[in-house]
Amino acid sequence: MNTVTAISPRHAAGQRQRERLFRGATLAAALLVLLLLGGVTLSLIVGAWPALAQFKLSFLTREIWNPVTDQYGALAPIYGTLVTSFLALLFAIPVSFGIAIFLTELAPAWLKRPVGVAVELLAAVPSIIYGIWGLFVLSPVLQRHVQPWLIEVLGPLPLVGKLFQGPPFGIGILTASFVLAIMIIPFIAAVMRDVFETVPDVLKESGYGLGATTWEVIWQVVVPYARTGMIGGVMLGLGRALGETMAVTFVIGNAHRIGTSLLAPGTTISASIANEFAEAVGDLYTSSLIALGALLFLITFVVIAAARLMLMRLERRALSSA
Amino acid sequence: MSASEASPRLPEKSPGAPGAAGAVRFEVKHLNFFYGKSQALKDINLSLADKQITAFIGPSGCGKSTLLRVFNRMYALYPGHRAEGSVLLDGEDILAPTVDVASLRFRVGMVFQKPTPFPMSIFDNVAFGLRLSRRITRSELTDRVEEALKDAAMWDEVKDKLHEDGRGLSGGQQQRLCVARTLALRPEVILFDEPTAALDPISTLRVEETLQSLGERYCIAIVTHNLQQAARLSDITAFMYLGDLIEMGPTEQMFTAPKNRRTDDYVTGRFG
Repeated sequence: MNTVTAISPRHAAGQRQRERLFRGATLAAALLVLLLLGGVTLSLIVGAWPALAQFKLSFLTREIWNPVTDQYGALAPIYGTLVTSFLALLFAIPVSFGIAIFLTELAPAWLKRPVGVAVELLAAVPSIIYGIWGLFVLSPVLQRHVQPWLIEVLGPLPLVGKLFQGPPFGIGILTASFVLAIMIIPFIAAVMRDVFETVPDVLKESGYGLGATTWEVIWQVVVPYARTGMIGGVMLGLGRALGETMAVTFVIGNAHRIGTSLLAPGTTISASIANEFAEAVGDLYTSSLIALGALLFLITFVVIAAARLMLMRLERRALSSA
Repeated sequence: MSASEASPRLPEKSPGAPGAAGAVRFEVKHLNFFYGKSQALKDINLSLADKQITAFIGPSGCGKSTLLRVFNRMYALYPGHRAEGSVLLDGEDILAPTVDVASLRFRVGMVFQKPTPFPMSIFDNVAFGLRLSRRITRSELTDRVEEALKDAAMWDEVKDKLHEDGRGLSGGQQQRLCVARTLALRPEVILFDEPTAALDPISTLRVEETLQSLGERYCIAIVTHNLQQAARLSDITAFMYLGDLIEMGPTEQMFTAPKNRRTDDYVTGRFG
Protein backbone atom coordinates (compact mmCIF):
# COMPACT_ATOMS: atom_id res chain seq x y z
CA MET A 1 0.00 0.00 0.00
CA ASN A 2 2.83 2.34 0.86
CA THR A 3 4.21 2.29 -2.62
CA VAL A 4 0.87 3.29 -4.09
CA THR A 5 0.22 6.21 -1.75
CA ALA A 6 3.81 7.45 -2.14
CA ILE A 7 2.95 8.82 -5.58
CA SER A 8 -0.10 11.00 -5.14
CA PRO A 9 -2.14 11.93 -8.22
CA ARG A 10 -1.21 15.59 -7.77
CA HIS A 11 2.46 14.74 -7.70
CA ALA A 12 2.09 12.67 -10.86
CA ALA A 13 0.33 15.51 -12.64
CA GLY A 14 3.08 17.92 -11.62
CA GLN A 15 5.66 15.55 -12.94
CA ARG A 16 3.86 15.22 -16.25
CA GLN A 17 3.67 18.95 -16.59
CA ARG A 18 7.36 19.35 -15.86
CA GLU A 19 8.06 16.71 -18.46
CA ARG A 20 5.99 18.61 -21.03
CA LEU A 21 7.67 21.88 -20.15
CA PHE A 22 11.10 20.37 -20.47
CA ARG A 23 10.29 18.80 -23.79
CA GLY A 24 8.92 22.12 -25.06
CA ALA A 25 12.03 23.99 -23.95
CA THR A 26 14.45 21.63 -25.66
CA LEU A 27 12.30 21.65 -28.79
CA ALA A 28 12.39 25.44 -28.82
CA ALA A 29 16.17 25.41 -28.45
CA ALA A 30 16.46 22.99 -31.34
CA LEU A 31 14.11 25.01 -33.51
CA LEU A 32 16.13 28.12 -32.74
CA VAL A 33 19.08 26.59 -34.57
CA LEU A 34 17.00 26.02 -37.68
CA LEU A 35 15.58 29.52 -37.37
CA LEU A 36 19.07 30.99 -37.14
CA LEU A 37 20.28 29.06 -40.14
CA GLY A 38 17.26 30.17 -42.12
CA GLY A 39 17.74 33.75 -40.96
CA VAL A 40 21.40 33.81 -41.92
CA THR A 41 20.66 32.37 -45.33
CA LEU A 42 17.80 34.75 -45.94
CA SER A 43 19.68 37.88 -44.91
CA LEU A 44 22.65 36.83 -47.05
CA ILE A 45 20.41 36.41 -50.07
CA VAL A 46 18.54 39.67 -49.47
CA GLY A 47 21.77 41.57 -48.80
CA ALA A 48 23.51 40.12 -51.84
CA TRP A 49 20.58 40.71 -54.14
CA PRO A 50 21.44 44.22 -55.43
CA ALA A 51 24.95 43.14 -56.42
CA LEU A 52 23.80 39.90 -58.02
CA ALA A 53 21.01 41.68 -59.89
CA GLN A 54 23.47 44.27 -61.17
CA PHE A 55 26.36 42.01 -62.21
CA LYS A 56 24.52 38.70 -62.72
CA LEU A 57 26.92 35.83 -63.41
CA SER A 58 29.74 38.20 -64.26
CA PHE A 59 30.11 38.69 -60.50
CA LEU A 60 31.65 35.24 -60.43
CA THR A 61 33.84 35.58 -63.49
CA ARG A 62 35.34 39.08 -63.29
CA GLU A 63 38.56 39.97 -61.50
CA ILE A 64 37.84 43.69 -61.29
CA TRP A 65 37.13 45.16 -57.83
CA ASN A 66 36.84 48.91 -58.07
CA PRO A 67 34.93 50.91 -55.43
CA VAL A 68 35.54 54.13 -57.37
CA THR A 69 33.71 53.02 -60.49
CA ASP A 70 31.45 50.69 -58.50
CA GLN A 71 32.49 47.60 -60.46
CA TYR A 72 32.78 44.37 -58.50
CA GLY A 73 33.77 40.84 -59.48
CA ALA A 74 34.52 38.02 -57.04
CA LEU A 75 37.01 36.04 -59.08
CA ALA A 76 40.15 37.19 -57.23
CA PRO A 77 38.86 36.38 -53.72
CA ILE A 78 37.37 33.09 -54.95
CA TYR A 79 40.70 32.20 -56.52
CA GLY A 80 42.60 33.23 -53.38
CA THR A 81 40.27 31.26 -51.12
CA LEU A 82 40.49 28.09 -53.18
CA VAL A 83 44.23 28.27 -53.81
CA THR A 84 45.25 29.04 -50.21
CA SER A 85 42.94 26.31 -48.91
CA PHE A 86 44.21 23.79 -51.44
CA LEU A 87 47.86 24.58 -50.69
CA ALA A 88 47.15 24.49 -46.95
CA LEU A 89 45.73 20.98 -47.37
CA LEU A 90 48.73 19.99 -49.44
CA PHE A 91 51.06 20.97 -46.59
CA ALA A 92 48.81 19.87 -43.74
CA ILE A 93 47.70 16.41 -44.87
CA PRO A 94 51.11 14.67 -44.80
CA VAL A 95 52.02 16.23 -41.45
CA SER A 96 48.64 15.43 -39.90
CA PHE A 97 48.83 11.89 -41.23
CA GLY A 98 52.27 11.52 -39.69
CA ILE A 99 51.08 12.82 -36.33
CA ALA A 100 48.04 10.54 -36.32
CA ILE A 101 49.98 7.44 -37.33
CA PHE A 102 52.65 8.17 -34.77
CA LEU A 103 50.09 8.66 -32.02
CA THR A 104 48.07 5.52 -32.77
CA GLU A 105 50.64 3.05 -34.04
CA LEU A 106 54.16 4.00 -33.10
CA ALA A 107 54.37 6.27 -30.07
CA PRO A 108 55.48 4.74 -26.78
CA ALA A 109 52.79 5.08 -24.13
CA TRP A 110 54.61 7.82 -22.22
CA LEU A 111 54.78 10.08 -25.27
CA LYS A 112 51.24 9.46 -26.50
CA ARG A 113 49.49 11.70 -24.01
CA PRO A 114 51.79 14.75 -24.10
CA VAL A 115 51.78 14.86 -27.90
CA GLY A 116 48.03 14.24 -28.05
CA VAL A 117 47.36 17.06 -25.58
CA ALA A 118 49.73 19.37 -27.44
CA VAL A 119 47.83 18.76 -30.66
CA GLU A 120 44.56 19.63 -28.92
CA LEU A 121 46.07 22.77 -27.36
CA LEU A 122 47.31 23.88 -30.76
CA ALA A 123 43.72 23.73 -31.97
CA ALA A 124 42.72 26.08 -29.14
CA VAL A 125 45.15 28.89 -30.05
CA PRO A 126 43.10 31.92 -31.23
CA SER A 127 43.55 32.59 -34.93
CA ILE A 128 44.66 36.19 -34.37
CA ILE A 129 47.76 34.84 -32.65
CA TYR A 130 48.60 32.81 -35.73
CA GLY A 131 48.07 35.99 -37.73
CA ILE A 132 50.46 38.06 -35.63
CA TRP A 133 53.01 35.31 -35.62
CA GLY A 134 52.65 34.88 -39.38
CA LEU A 135 53.20 38.58 -39.99
CA PHE A 136 56.01 39.32 -37.56
CA VAL A 137 57.87 36.01 -37.40
CA LEU A 138 57.08 33.76 -40.33
CA SER A 139 56.90 36.35 -43.12
CA PRO A 140 60.34 37.89 -42.50
CA VAL A 141 61.89 34.44 -42.32
CA LEU A 142 60.24 33.39 -45.57
CA GLN A 143 61.17 36.69 -47.19
CA ARG A 144 64.81 36.48 -46.25
CA HIS A 145 65.58 32.80 -46.45
CA VAL A 146 62.94 30.79 -48.27
CA GLN A 147 61.45 32.90 -51.02
CA PRO A 148 64.77 34.05 -52.58
CA TRP A 149 65.74 30.40 -52.81
CA LEU A 150 62.39 29.49 -54.41
CA ILE A 151 62.73 32.31 -56.92
CA GLU A 152 66.29 31.37 -57.75
CA VAL A 153 65.92 27.61 -57.95
CA LEU A 154 62.33 26.98 -58.99
CA GLY A 155 61.66 30.24 -60.82
CA PRO A 156 63.60 29.40 -64.00
CA LEU A 157 61.90 26.01 -64.40
CA PRO A 158 59.42 25.62 -67.25
CA LEU A 159 55.71 25.58 -66.28
CA VAL A 160 56.01 25.44 -62.46
CA GLY A 161 58.56 28.27 -62.60
CA LYS A 162 55.76 30.78 -63.12
CA LEU A 163 54.48 29.99 -59.64
CA PHE A 164 57.72 31.16 -58.05
CA GLN A 165 58.58 34.39 -59.82
CA GLY A 166 58.48 38.02 -58.78
CA PRO A 167 59.85 39.85 -55.77
CA PRO A 168 59.93 38.20 -52.34
CA PHE A 169 57.32 40.19 -50.44
CA GLY A 170 57.22 37.88 -47.47
CA ILE A 171 53.46 38.15 -47.32
CA GLY A 172 51.30 36.64 -50.06
CA ILE A 173 49.38 33.54 -51.12
CA LEU A 174 52.12 31.10 -50.14
CA THR A 175 52.64 32.57 -46.68
CA ALA A 176 48.89 32.56 -46.05
CA SER A 177 48.79 28.91 -47.10
CA PHE A 178 51.57 28.05 -44.63
CA VAL A 179 49.77 29.76 -41.77
CA LEU A 180 46.50 28.07 -42.71
CA ALA A 181 48.24 24.71 -42.87
CA ILE A 182 49.60 25.15 -39.36
CA MET A 183 46.12 26.11 -38.16
CA ILE A 184 44.32 23.12 -39.62
CA ILE A 185 46.93 20.48 -38.78
CA PRO A 186 45.58 19.93 -35.24
CA PHE A 187 42.04 19.43 -36.56
CA ILE A 188 42.96 17.00 -39.29
CA ALA A 189 45.41 15.16 -37.04
CA ALA A 190 42.82 14.78 -34.27
CA VAL A 191 40.18 13.37 -36.61
CA MET A 192 42.64 11.04 -38.30
CA ARG A 193 43.83 9.78 -34.93
CA ASP A 194 40.26 9.02 -33.89
CA VAL A 195 39.64 7.24 -37.18
CA PHE A 196 42.81 5.16 -36.91
CA GLU A 197 41.76 4.16 -33.43
CA THR A 198 38.61 2.57 -34.85
CA VAL A 199 40.73 0.05 -36.78
CA PRO A 200 40.32 -3.22 -34.83
CA ASP A 201 43.50 -4.62 -33.30
CA VAL A 202 42.70 -8.05 -34.64
CA LEU A 203 42.63 -6.69 -38.20
CA LYS A 204 46.11 -5.25 -37.74
CA GLU A 205 47.23 -8.51 -36.15
CA SER A 206 45.96 -10.32 -39.23
CA GLY A 207 48.27 -8.16 -41.30
CA TYR A 208 51.21 -8.80 -38.99
CA GLY A 209 50.26 -12.48 -38.94
CA LEU A 210 50.86 -12.65 -42.69
CA GLY A 211 54.38 -11.36 -42.25
CA ALA A 212 53.68 -7.69 -42.86
CA THR A 213 55.89 -5.03 -41.32
CA THR A 214 54.48 -2.05 -39.41
CA TRP A 215 54.91 0.06 -42.55
CA GLU A 216 52.98 -2.47 -44.63
CA VAL A 217 50.21 -2.84 -42.05
CA ILE A 218 49.77 0.93 -41.90
CA TRP A 219 49.60 1.40 -45.66
CA GLN A 220 47.76 -1.74 -46.63
CA VAL A 221 45.44 -2.40 -43.71
CA VAL A 222 44.99 0.72 -41.58
CA VAL A 223 44.75 3.28 -44.38
CA PRO A 224 42.32 1.36 -46.62
CA TYR A 225 40.13 0.64 -43.60
CA ALA A 226 40.15 4.26 -42.47
CA ARG A 227 40.00 5.90 -45.89
CA THR A 228 36.54 7.45 -45.73
CA GLY A 229 37.09 8.75 -42.22
CA MET A 230 40.40 10.27 -43.24
CA ILE A 231 38.70 12.09 -46.09
CA GLY A 232 36.08 13.31 -43.63
CA GLY A 233 38.82 14.76 -41.43
CA VAL A 234 40.47 16.45 -44.38
CA MET A 235 37.15 17.98 -45.40
CA LEU A 236 36.63 19.39 -41.90
CA GLY A 237 40.10 20.95 -42.12
CA LEU A 238 39.24 22.31 -45.55
CA GLY A 239 36.03 23.84 -44.21
CA ARG A 240 38.04 25.65 -41.58
CA ALA A 241 40.71 26.79 -44.04
CA LEU A 242 38.09 28.21 -46.40
CA GLY A 243 36.49 30.35 -43.72
CA GLU A 244 39.55 31.44 -41.74
CA THR A 245 39.70 35.23 -41.65
CA MET A 246 42.02 36.94 -39.23
CA ALA A 247 45.22 34.98 -39.71
CA VAL A 248 44.88 35.16 -43.48
CA THR A 249 44.13 38.89 -43.50
CA PHE A 250 47.40 39.50 -41.70
CA VAL A 251 49.64 37.71 -44.14
CA ILE A 252 48.00 37.51 -47.57
CA GLY A 253 48.59 41.11 -48.72
CA ASN A 254 44.95 41.93 -49.49
CA ALA A 255 45.27 42.66 -53.18
CA HIS A 256 42.30 42.04 -55.49
CA ARG A 257 44.48 40.48 -58.10
CA ILE A 258 45.08 37.05 -59.52
CA GLY A 259 48.81 36.69 -59.84
CA THR A 260 50.32 33.60 -61.39
CA SER A 261 53.03 33.64 -58.75
CA LEU A 262 52.31 32.11 -55.36
CA LEU A 263 54.63 34.69 -53.86
CA ALA A 264 52.39 37.53 -55.01
CA PRO A 265 49.89 39.11 -52.64
CA GLY A 266 46.26 38.15 -53.09
CA THR A 267 43.08 38.05 -51.10
CA THR A 268 40.45 35.61 -49.92
CA ILE A 269 36.72 36.01 -49.54
CA SER A 270 36.79 36.35 -45.78
CA ALA A 271 39.86 38.60 -45.81
CA SER A 272 38.19 40.96 -48.30
CA ILE A 273 35.05 41.21 -46.18
CA ALA A 274 36.97 41.82 -42.97
CA ASN A 275 39.16 44.47 -44.57
CA GLU A 276 36.59 46.43 -46.47
CA PHE A 277 33.31 46.26 -44.60
CA ALA A 278 34.05 49.23 -42.37
CA GLU A 279 34.81 51.48 -45.31
CA ALA A 280 32.16 50.15 -47.67
CA VAL A 281 30.21 53.20 -48.71
CA GLY A 282 27.41 52.83 -51.22
CA ASP A 283 24.81 50.09 -51.40
CA LEU A 284 26.40 48.22 -54.28
CA TYR A 285 29.76 47.99 -52.48
CA THR A 286 28.13 46.65 -49.31
CA SER A 287 25.92 44.30 -51.29
CA SER A 288 28.93 42.94 -53.19
CA LEU A 289 30.69 42.15 -49.92
CA ILE A 290 27.59 40.36 -48.65
CA ALA A 291 27.44 38.44 -51.91
CA LEU A 292 31.02 37.35 -51.24
CA GLY A 293 29.87 36.13 -47.84
CA ALA A 294 27.02 34.19 -49.42
CA LEU A 295 29.50 32.54 -51.79
CA LEU A 296 31.74 31.51 -48.90
CA PHE A 297 28.75 30.15 -47.04
CA LEU A 298 27.81 28.07 -50.05
CA ILE A 299 31.34 26.70 -50.53
CA THR A 300 31.84 25.76 -46.86
CA PHE A 301 28.33 24.32 -46.66
CA VAL A 302 29.06 21.98 -49.54
CA VAL A 303 32.40 20.94 -48.02
CA ILE A 304 30.96 20.29 -44.55
CA ALA A 305 28.00 18.41 -46.01
CA ALA A 306 30.32 16.18 -48.01
CA ALA A 307 32.41 15.52 -44.89
CA ARG A 308 29.36 14.61 -42.80
CA LEU A 309 28.12 12.29 -45.49
CA MET A 310 31.43 10.45 -45.59
CA LEU A 311 31.65 10.13 -41.81
CA MET A 312 28.09 8.78 -41.78
CA ARG A 313 29.03 6.15 -44.31
CA LEU A 314 31.99 5.16 -42.16
CA GLU A 315 29.85 4.84 -39.05
CA ARG A 316 27.30 2.73 -40.86
CA ARG A 317 30.02 0.40 -42.02
CA ALA A 318 31.54 0.17 -38.53
CA LEU A 319 28.12 -0.72 -37.14
CA SER A 320 27.37 -3.37 -39.73
CA SER A 321 30.71 -5.10 -39.24
CA ALA A 322 30.52 -5.06 -35.44
CA MET B 1 67.54 -26.33 -50.13
CA SER B 2 67.78 -24.85 -53.59
CA ALA B 3 69.37 -21.46 -54.14
CA SER B 4 66.07 -19.85 -55.01
CA GLU B 5 65.99 -16.34 -56.42
CA ALA B 6 62.82 -15.53 -54.56
CA SER B 7 62.64 -13.22 -51.60
CA PRO B 8 63.93 -14.80 -48.43
CA ARG B 9 60.56 -14.16 -46.87
CA LEU B 10 58.76 -16.40 -49.33
CA PRO B 11 59.55 -20.07 -48.82
CA GLU B 12 59.45 -22.02 -52.04
CA LYS B 13 58.89 -25.33 -50.36
CA SER B 14 55.80 -27.32 -51.17
CA PRO B 15 53.01 -27.03 -48.62
CA GLY B 16 53.54 -29.11 -45.58
CA ALA B 17 57.30 -28.99 -45.84
CA PRO B 18 59.70 -31.55 -44.42
CA GLY B 19 59.27 -34.36 -41.98
CA ALA B 20 57.01 -37.35 -41.59
CA ALA B 21 53.85 -37.25 -39.54
CA GLY B 22 54.82 -36.97 -35.92
CA ALA B 23 58.19 -35.31 -36.50
CA VAL B 24 58.65 -32.44 -34.07
CA ARG B 25 58.29 -28.94 -35.59
CA PHE B 26 57.85 -26.77 -32.51
CA GLU B 27 59.55 -27.53 -29.26
CA VAL B 28 58.73 -25.44 -26.20
CA LYS B 29 61.12 -25.56 -23.27
CA HIS B 30 60.59 -23.92 -19.89
CA LEU B 31 58.40 -21.22 -21.31
CA ASN B 32 57.22 -18.52 -18.92
CA PHE B 33 55.06 -15.65 -20.11
CA PHE B 34 54.27 -12.33 -18.47
CA TYR B 35 51.76 -9.56 -19.10
CA GLY B 36 53.65 -6.85 -17.27
CA LYS B 37 54.03 -8.33 -13.82
CA SER B 38 51.37 -11.00 -13.96
CA GLN B 39 52.48 -14.40 -15.10
CA ALA B 40 50.23 -16.06 -17.68
CA LEU B 41 52.26 -19.19 -18.51
CA LYS B 42 54.29 -21.20 -16.06
CA ASP B 43 57.15 -23.42 -17.16
CA ILE B 44 55.48 -24.88 -20.24
CA ASN B 45 57.21 -27.82 -21.92
CA LEU B 46 55.68 -29.44 -24.96
CA SER B 47 56.14 -30.09 -28.65
CA LEU B 48 53.98 -29.75 -31.76
CA ALA B 49 54.24 -32.53 -34.31
CA ASP B 50 54.14 -32.24 -38.07
CA LYS B 51 51.02 -33.24 -40.00
CA GLN B 52 49.04 -33.40 -36.81
CA ILE B 53 46.41 -31.23 -35.21
CA THR B 54 47.13 -30.32 -31.62
CA ALA B 55 44.19 -28.89 -29.70
CA PHE B 56 44.57 -26.69 -26.63
CA ILE B 57 41.65 -26.78 -24.25
CA GLY B 58 40.98 -25.31 -20.83
CA PRO B 59 38.81 -22.76 -19.07
CA SER B 60 39.04 -19.04 -19.95
CA GLY B 61 42.23 -17.43 -18.75
CA CYS B 62 44.17 -20.69 -18.66
CA GLY B 63 46.78 -19.30 -21.05
CA LYS B 64 45.99 -21.30 -24.18
CA SER B 65 45.57 -18.25 -26.43
CA THR B 66 48.64 -16.68 -24.86
CA LEU B 67 50.63 -19.78 -25.73
CA LEU B 68 49.38 -19.71 -29.30
CA ARG B 69 50.48 -16.09 -29.67
CA VAL B 70 53.99 -17.06 -28.62
CA PHE B 71 54.38 -19.39 -31.61
CA ASN B 72 54.33 -16.47 -34.07
CA ARG B 73 55.48 -13.85 -31.57
CA MET B 74 52.26 -11.90 -32.00
CA TYR B 75 52.58 -10.87 -28.36
CA ALA B 76 55.67 -8.83 -29.30
CA LEU B 77 53.40 -6.15 -30.78
CA TYR B 78 52.47 -5.05 -27.29
CA PRO B 79 54.85 -3.46 -24.82
CA GLY B 80 55.17 -5.28 -21.52
CA HIS B 81 54.32 -8.70 -22.98
CA ARG B 82 57.32 -10.90 -22.43
CA ALA B 83 58.26 -14.52 -22.97
CA GLU B 84 61.13 -16.36 -21.28
CA GLY B 85 62.52 -19.77 -22.04
CA SER B 86 62.95 -21.21 -25.48
CA VAL B 87 60.63 -22.04 -28.34
CA LEU B 88 62.37 -23.95 -31.11
CA LEU B 89 61.00 -24.09 -34.65
CA ASP B 90 62.96 -26.77 -36.51
CA GLY B 91 65.68 -26.30 -33.91
CA GLU B 92 65.90 -22.52 -34.17
CA ASP B 93 64.90 -20.46 -31.13
CA ILE B 94 62.21 -18.02 -32.29
CA LEU B 95 62.39 -16.05 -29.05
CA ALA B 96 65.93 -14.94 -29.90
CA PRO B 97 66.07 -11.17 -30.47
CA THR B 98 67.79 -11.67 -33.81
CA VAL B 99 64.84 -13.52 -35.31
CA ASP B 100 63.03 -11.58 -38.06
CA VAL B 101 59.40 -11.74 -36.94
CA ALA B 102 58.06 -11.00 -40.42
CA SER B 103 59.84 -14.08 -41.80
CA LEU B 104 58.68 -16.12 -38.83
CA ARG B 105 55.06 -15.16 -39.52
CA PHE B 106 55.46 -16.17 -43.14
CA ARG B 107 56.27 -19.65 -41.86
CA VAL B 108 53.78 -19.69 -39.01
CA GLY B 109 50.33 -18.53 -40.13
CA MET B 110 47.46 -17.58 -37.86
CA VAL B 111 43.68 -17.52 -38.11
CA PHE B 112 41.80 -15.48 -35.53
CA GLN B 113 38.67 -15.82 -33.47
CA LYS B 114 36.71 -13.35 -35.57
CA PRO B 115 36.86 -13.35 -39.36
CA THR B 116 39.11 -10.44 -40.30
CA PRO B 117 38.84 -9.84 -44.04
CA PHE B 118 40.80 -6.79 -45.14
CA PRO B 119 38.83 -3.93 -46.73
CA MET B 120 39.59 -5.09 -50.27
CA SER B 121 38.52 -7.66 -52.83
CA ILE B 122 38.51 -11.41 -52.25
CA PHE B 123 41.43 -11.80 -54.61
CA ASP B 124 43.43 -9.05 -52.94
CA ASN B 125 42.73 -10.54 -49.53
CA VAL B 126 44.28 -13.85 -50.54
CA ALA B 127 47.09 -12.17 -52.46
CA PHE B 128 47.90 -9.86 -49.53
CA GLY B 129 50.77 -11.86 -48.03
CA LEU B 130 52.13 -12.91 -51.41
CA ARG B 131 52.36 -9.33 -52.59
CA LEU B 132 54.39 -8.43 -49.50
CA SER B 133 57.18 -10.58 -50.89
CA ARG B 134 57.11 -8.34 -53.98
CA ARG B 135 58.96 -10.69 -56.33
CA ILE B 136 56.09 -12.62 -57.75
CA THR B 137 54.79 -12.63 -61.30
CA ARG B 138 51.19 -11.86 -62.12
CA SER B 139 50.48 -15.38 -63.34
CA GLU B 140 52.14 -16.99 -60.35
CA LEU B 141 50.07 -14.76 -58.09
CA THR B 142 46.86 -15.82 -59.81
CA ASP B 143 47.84 -19.49 -59.53
CA ARG B 144 48.70 -19.22 -55.86
CA VAL B 145 45.43 -17.45 -55.05
CA GLU B 146 43.44 -20.13 -56.84
CA GLU B 147 45.38 -22.89 -55.13
CA ALA B 148 44.83 -21.33 -51.71
CA LEU B 149 41.10 -20.87 -52.26
CA LYS B 150 40.85 -24.49 -53.41
CA ASP B 151 42.74 -25.70 -50.36
CA ALA B 152 40.37 -23.71 -48.18
CA ALA B 153 37.48 -25.43 -50.00
CA MET B 154 35.87 -22.22 -51.20
CA TRP B 155 37.08 -21.83 -54.78
CA ASP B 156 33.75 -22.87 -56.28
CA GLU B 157 31.86 -20.40 -54.09
CA VAL B 158 33.94 -17.36 -54.99
CA LYS B 159 35.58 -18.02 -58.35
CA ASP B 160 33.04 -15.82 -60.13
CA LYS B 161 33.29 -12.91 -57.72
CA LEU B 162 36.99 -12.65 -56.93
CA HIS B 163 36.87 -8.90 -57.34
CA GLU B 164 34.03 -8.26 -54.94
CA ASP B 165 34.69 -6.92 -51.46
CA GLY B 166 35.75 -9.69 -49.07
CA ARG B 167 33.55 -8.19 -46.37
CA GLY B 168 30.47 -9.00 -48.43
CA LEU B 169 30.85 -12.74 -47.77
CA SER B 170 29.00 -14.60 -45.03
CA GLY B 171 30.73 -15.06 -41.68
CA GLY B 172 31.77 -18.63 -42.42
CA GLN B 173 33.02 -17.72 -45.88
CA GLN B 174 34.95 -14.81 -44.43
CA GLN B 175 36.66 -17.14 -42.00
CA ARG B 176 37.59 -19.58 -44.75
CA LEU B 177 38.85 -16.61 -46.74
CA CYS B 178 41.15 -15.89 -43.81
CA VAL B 179 42.27 -19.52 -43.90
CA ALA B 180 42.94 -19.22 -47.63
CA ARG B 181 44.85 -16.00 -47.04
CA THR B 182 47.10 -17.86 -44.62
CA LEU B 183 47.48 -20.91 -46.88
CA ALA B 184 48.53 -18.75 -49.82
CA LEU B 185 51.87 -18.24 -48.13
CA ARG B 186 52.41 -22.00 -47.89
CA PRO B 187 53.17 -21.81 -44.20
CA GLU B 188 54.73 -24.66 -42.28
CA VAL B 189 52.62 -24.24 -39.16
CA ILE B 190 49.11 -22.82 -38.84
CA LEU B 191 47.70 -21.49 -35.59
CA PHE B 192 43.94 -21.31 -35.11
CA ASP B 193 42.70 -19.17 -32.22
CA GLU B 194 39.11 -20.32 -31.60
CA PRO B 195 38.42 -20.14 -35.32
CA THR B 196 34.72 -20.99 -35.05
CA ALA B 197 33.81 -19.06 -31.90
CA ALA B 198 31.99 -16.38 -33.87
CA LEU B 199 30.31 -18.71 -36.39
CA ASP B 200 26.95 -20.45 -36.66
CA PRO B 201 26.82 -24.28 -36.57
CA ILE B 202 26.71 -24.76 -40.36
CA SER B 203 29.65 -22.43 -40.95
CA THR B 204 31.48 -24.10 -38.08
CA LEU B 205 31.05 -27.44 -39.80
CA ARG B 206 32.48 -26.14 -43.06
CA VAL B 207 35.50 -24.60 -41.34
CA GLU B 208 36.07 -27.83 -39.43
CA GLU B 209 36.03 -29.83 -42.67
CA THR B 210 38.62 -27.47 -44.09
CA LEU B 211 40.72 -27.82 -40.97
CA GLN B 212 40.53 -31.60 -41.08
CA SER B 213 41.83 -31.76 -44.63
CA LEU B 214 44.65 -29.38 -43.77
CA GLY B 215 45.64 -31.53 -40.81
CA GLU B 216 47.03 -34.14 -43.16
CA ARG B 217 49.58 -31.70 -44.57
CA TYR B 218 50.40 -29.11 -41.97
CA CYS B 219 51.46 -28.80 -38.39
CA ILE B 220 48.37 -27.27 -36.81
CA ALA B 221 47.67 -25.88 -33.36
CA ILE B 222 44.13 -24.95 -32.45
CA VAL B 223 42.76 -23.27 -29.36
CA THR B 224 39.12 -24.06 -28.72
CA HIS B 225 36.46 -23.72 -26.07
CA ASN B 226 34.44 -26.38 -27.79
CA LEU B 227 35.39 -29.76 -26.37
CA GLN B 228 33.53 -31.70 -29.07
CA GLN B 229 35.49 -29.78 -31.64
CA ALA B 230 38.77 -30.74 -30.02
CA ALA B 231 37.64 -34.35 -29.85
CA ARG B 232 36.48 -34.40 -33.48
CA LEU B 233 39.45 -32.65 -35.02
CA SER B 234 42.63 -33.17 -33.12
CA ASP B 235 45.21 -35.91 -32.92
CA ILE B 236 46.75 -34.55 -29.75
CA THR B 237 45.00 -32.64 -26.99
CA ALA B 238 46.61 -30.45 -24.36
CA PHE B 239 44.72 -29.38 -21.27
CA MET B 240 45.80 -26.15 -19.62
CA TYR B 241 44.70 -24.62 -16.36
CA LEU B 242 45.75 -21.32 -14.74
CA GLY B 243 48.88 -21.03 -16.84
CA ASP B 244 50.01 -24.59 -16.32
CA LEU B 245 50.06 -27.38 -18.87
CA ILE B 246 48.22 -30.06 -16.89
CA GLU B 247 48.20 -32.91 -19.32
CA MET B 248 48.88 -33.59 -22.97
CA GLY B 249 48.36 -36.77 -24.94
CA PRO B 250 46.55 -38.53 -27.79
CA THR B 251 43.08 -37.02 -28.05
CA GLU B 252 41.21 -40.29 -27.59
CA GLN B 253 43.04 -41.04 -24.38
CA MET B 254 42.59 -37.48 -23.10
CA PHE B 255 38.84 -37.70 -23.51
CA THR B 256 38.29 -41.29 -22.36
CA ALA B 257 41.03 -42.09 -19.86
CA PRO B 258 42.89 -38.96 -18.76
CA LYS B 259 45.60 -39.48 -16.22
CA ASN B 260 44.99 -36.28 -14.32
CA ARG B 261 41.89 -35.79 -12.22
CA ARG B 262 41.40 -32.15 -13.25
CA THR B 263 41.54 -33.12 -16.92
CA ASP B 264 38.88 -35.70 -16.23
CA ASP B 265 36.71 -33.14 -14.46
CA TYR B 266 37.08 -30.68 -17.33
CA VAL B 267 36.44 -33.03 -20.25
CA THR B 268 33.43 -34.53 -18.50
CA GLY B 269 32.02 -31.09 -17.85
CA ARG B 270 32.28 -31.04 -14.10
CA PHE B 271 34.01 -27.64 -14.18
CA GLY B 272 35.18 -25.03 -16.61
